[in-house]
Order: sequence, then structure tokens, then C-alpha cells
Amino acid sequence: MSRRHRWDTDCVMAASTSPPLDLSAALVLAPPTAAEWLVILPVVWCLILGALLVMMRRNVSLHPVIAIVGLAGLVGIDGLLLLEVIRNGPLTMVMGRWLPPFGIAFTADLTGALFALIAALVALAAGVFSIADINDSGRRYGFYPLLMVLMAGVTGAFMTGDVFNLYVWFEVLLISSFGLLVLGSEHEQIDGTVKYGFLNLVATTLFLVATGYLYAVFGTLNMADIARKAEGLRSNAPLMTLAGLYTLAFGMKAAAFPVNFWLPASYHTPRVVVSALFAGLLTKVGIYALIRVMVMLLPVEREELSFVLAIAASLTMIVGVLGALAQSDFRRLLGFLIISGIGSILAGIAVGGPGGIGGAIFYALHSMLVMTALYFASGIAMRLGASASIVTLAGLYRRHVGFAALSLMLCFAVSGLPPFSGFWPKVMLVKAALDIGAWWLAAVLLLAGFLTTIATGRLFLLAYWREQAVAVGETPPLPAATLAPLAALTLLTLVLGLYPEPLLATIQDAAAGLDDPSAYRESVFPGGWPQ
Amino acid sequence: MRSVIFRTVAPFLTGLMMLFSVFVLLRGHNEPGGGFIGGLIAVSALAIYGIAHGVQTVRRAIYFHPMTIAGAGLFAASIAGIVSLAAGVPFMTGLWIYPSLLGVEVPLSTVMLFDTGVYLVVVGAISSIALSLEERGGE
Repeated sequence: MSRRHRWDTDCVMAASTSPPLDLSAALVLAPPTAAEWLVILPVVWCLILGALLVMMRRNVSLHPVIAIVGLAGLVGIDGLLLLEVIRNGPLTMVMGRWLPPFGIAFTADLTGALFALIAALVALAAGVFSIADINDSGRRYGFYPLLMVLMAGVTGAFMTGDVFNLYVWFEVLLISSFGLLVLGSEHEQIDGTVKYGFLNLVATTLFLVATGYLYAVFGTLNMADIARKAEGLRSNAPLMTLAGLYTLAFGMKAAAFPVNFWLPASYHTPRVVVSALFAGLLTKVGIYALIRVMVMLLPVEREELSFVLAIAASLTMIVGVLGALAQSDFRRLLGFLIISGIGSILAGIAVGGPGGIGGAIFYALHSMLVMTALYFASGIAMRLGASASIVTLAGLYRRHVGFAALSLMLCFAVSGLPPFSGFWPKVMLVKAALDIGAWWLAAVLLLAGFLTTIATGRLFLLAYWREQAVAVGETPPLPAATLAPLAALTLLTLVLGLYPEPLLATIQDAAAGLDDPSAYRESVFPGGWPQ
Repeated sequence: MRSVIFRTVAPFLTGLMMLFSVFVLLRGHNEPGGGFIGGLIAVSALAIYGIAHGVQTVRRAIYFHPMTIAGAGLFAASIAGIVSLAAGVPFMTGLWIYPSLLGVEVPLSTVMLFDTGVYLVVVGAISSIALSLEERGGE
């Protein structure tokens, strides 16, 4: 205690003799605006609600209510944030008021805000679906707290402006995803979780290795700072190695060929709502990180790697859709369709330019909505037909016409047929590929779309249209909590397909902002670069 | 394991280690220590008590479920960040108050609240794992 006092008096004496400290060289002195709080609020909101839900162990019956209200609030906050970013450009808040690049910056640009909003919508839909899918024991295992912490991780990953912080949010979402995967503790689920966990930990380790290397090369982890310094370091720093490591790490997270096999091995084992959440969120976080690092931070290296990326994209598309054609389990089939979609997004990243990147972002957002909805459909089909295999499922069309219609719309959407949301990104990607002369990539995109149509057609033919061979009893009634989120997401893809202009304009601005991150940099370093 | 000597010493050892863990937590502001390592010491204390006197005794002694403790810690850490909203400074800025307790000035800060949150998260999460392992392994 006495030493502390001496230290304090030393400081006071030093301060009184030396000239007054210029705090503005180290700290952000301007009070943050309300809009800037919107950058950090979604993450803190999810964490606080998750913590409250963990503490409410006795009242698990209240969990769904709080979680759904909380997720609706998250949609509201993310919506406000997106509006604010559209109006005033990227927003930044630095943690603990330390100036970047030393303070950790949270920066929301159009890309991050768009991903965050769609992720929140998907989570809200999953929250509603879970009322019917998660029973009392699932609630006691902690489904809702894990869901909120997962959303904190996902939103944090979309908002952060610091590469190491991005790694931390990946860990947060990974750990909660482990918890969600083993919910139920069945043998198959543990098997799936081990495969998922092992492969993802390898990818995370690669990500960490790459980040350590990045720090050794750049001496900074702030994204805006890295984007600035990359130009000067390009001649003698091993940036291609960094780009290669990041591509492999994020490619693994996104389930790109040849590191895609963990996804179909694990996504069909957990509860339906958990697979739906993962289909909408997890691989897309990998894609987002790939776009952020390769397009904004290392654009020249992306250009160099574009041929490799294009090959990987083509193989991912074809392997994914061939896998979907061969599967008979409803959810495994959908798992392969996710992989095929990831291939299309990678094709956009490989092509680059506003068309390619815009197409990739649009496709990713579309895929989040549609894949989640399709997993909901698989859950409803399992309820109606009491089977998970499309060989034994039959006659769903007769059992519930409205559900069959919604499913057909989703099949069209995932195949990229008009008038649904999958059509426009496909057009953008094919056009961007043709513009740079990569006709073969455009051909693969179209072929993958055609094969997806066949795969979903086979699904619809077998599970929905085929007459039931044996007579079955009464159709079990469908809870509104399962149909409503399915209908809402399907309606959203229809609206986005019929009236894509506002989203398209925003996505083009987002792609332009990644291509030329000067607005992003200006938001992190408002007074120019630190000395 | 459960010898008379161990069972007699364990409560004293547990009490001492608990006290030491709080000391390490508070010391962590300017010197080596902090919430994480303090929490680990506290969990070791609970584990020793559990090995000596059984898991049920520990569960009764800590009163709250370990996960509730972890949740409270996460809540405290988040609140420590959000206090900045009221003070008009960016998220997670360290804020200090100096109340006078019995004539002694006690510096309290949001940093300390955050570190206490970390301490509780570690105590809750690790003791939850340790207690259930002990429960299944012992019998």
C-alpha cells in the first residue's frame, strides 16, 4: 500500500514539473455520438441477454420469450445501424478510447452492416422456429443462452475492425456452436461434433498462425492500418504467403472444396433449428472474413490468387451439387447445396471488381435466407412424414399444400430461378465472369445452377409429388411457430427477387467501399494517419 | 485420497486459497495477477474441497449453480463496458470513483468490475466442469 502511494506521489510530482500532457495524442477525447454506439450495441446486447439467460436457470419456460424479444431488438438495432451507415458512411468506435491502431476499433461499413442485419433476421426466424423444436430438456441444456452468445460472436465478427479481434469473435461463435451441436447428447451428434470441432479448430489455428505472421510483418492488426501499409510492404514482405494462409483458413470455415467434408458430416445431426442457424450463419462468417481480408486488405494478392480461387470455386460448385444429387437424407442433401452456394460466392471473389464482389455479397445474403428456410422446410417435412429420408418421405404435397408451395418457391430460389432472390446474384456473377473473359467460369456457374435445379427437382418429385404407397393415419397438425418463420423467409426472398433495386444499390456501394476503403480509413483515422 | 490428514487440512487450505485468489484478483490491476488467474486459484480451492468432502458439499457451499456464477460474471463484465454510455466516453473506457470508507480512500473502477466479472466467469465455468468430472469419475 505504501509503495502505491509513493508511486502516485511520484506521478503527481512528475506531472507538476513536466509540461502538461497532451492527451489527444493517445486518447479519443470527443464524446461518441449516439450513432457510434450502434456499432458496439448489438454485440453487448447479445452478451448481456445471454448472461441473463444463463442466470435464469430456474425459469427456462421464460427463455424463449426473452430470447425472441431480444432477437427482435437485435434486428431493430442492426436495421438502425444499416440506415445510419447508408446515410453517413462507415462508423467507428474504439474500445477504451485509445486511439487506433493501438485501441481496438469496431467499424461498421455497408458490408458488415448488411451481413449483420440479415444474420439477425435469420436468428429471429430461428428463435421463433425453436419454440416448436426445442423441448424442455433442450432449454435446460441452454439452447437460448448459447443462441444469444452465438449471435454476439457472429455480429462481433461482422463489426470488428481488428484482425486479432476477428479471431476472438470466431472463437466465441465456435464455442457456442459446439454447445448447440451436442444439444441432446445423442451418439450421432457427438460423432458429428467431433468432426466439426476438429476441422474447425485446425482452421482456427491456421487463422491464428496467419495473424501472428501478419503482425510480425505489419506491426499492426488494425484493418484500416493494414490496408494502408500493404502498399509500401508489397515489394519485400511475404504478403502472398499471408494471403494463401488466410484463404486456406477461411476457405475451411466456409466449407470450400477440398476442405468441405466437415459440413455434410455434421450438419444433419443436431436439432433442425440448429442446422438451420448454422446453414445461415457459420459458413457465411467465413465468407465475410475472406471478403474482408482478401478484397479490402490484400487486393493485389487476391488478383494473383484469382485463378486458384476460380478453380476451387468451380470444383466446390460441382462437387457440392453432385453430392446433393446423390444424397437421400433431406438434410445431408441441403448440406451439399450450401457447399455448392459457397462455390458461387467464391467465384465472385475470384472474379473481383464491383460486379464480382457485389455478386458474391448478394449471393451470400440470399444464401443465408434461403438455406435457413430450406432447413426449416426439412424439419417440417420430418414432422409431416415422420422420416428424414426422401426415399421414404412421400406425398407431402397432399398432406399440406401450403407448405409444399413454400418449399417449391425455396427450391426455385436456391436454384437461381426468377422471380426469387437467387436469380440476381447469379446474373451478376455470370456477367462479371464473362466481362473478364472467364467464359469457362460462367459456364460452370450456369451448369451448377442447372444441376441444382435437377437436384431440387428430384427432392420435390420424390418427397412431395410422389403418391404415398401405404395409407397413413391423420396428418399431425403443424404448429404456427414452424410455418410462420418459413413463410416469412420465403416471402423475403420473393420480395428481394421482385424488387431488388434498393438492396442492389446498397450492395454495389458496399462493394465499391471494399474496393476503395478510403471512407473506411477516414472513419477509423478521422484526422489522417497517426505519426 | 480421503485420508484423515487430508480431510482435516482441506477446509483450512480451501479457505486460505479462496482468500489468496481474491488477493491475486485485486493485485492484478498494477502487478501480475488478475481475474483469470485468481479464478483458477479459487477453482483449485473448490476442487480440493470437493476431493476431500464430496461434490455435494461443495455445491451446497457455493449455494449458486456454477453456471449461474459464470452468467453473473459475464453480466458484470458487460455492464462494466456499458457504464461508459452514461459517462459519455467510448465503450470500455476505465472510469474511477474514490469513495471514502472509514477514513480510507478506496479507489474503485469499471476495470475492477470487469476483472471481477472475468474472475466469476472462470470460477463458474471451470468449477462446473471440474465438479461434474469429479461427480462422474469418483463413484
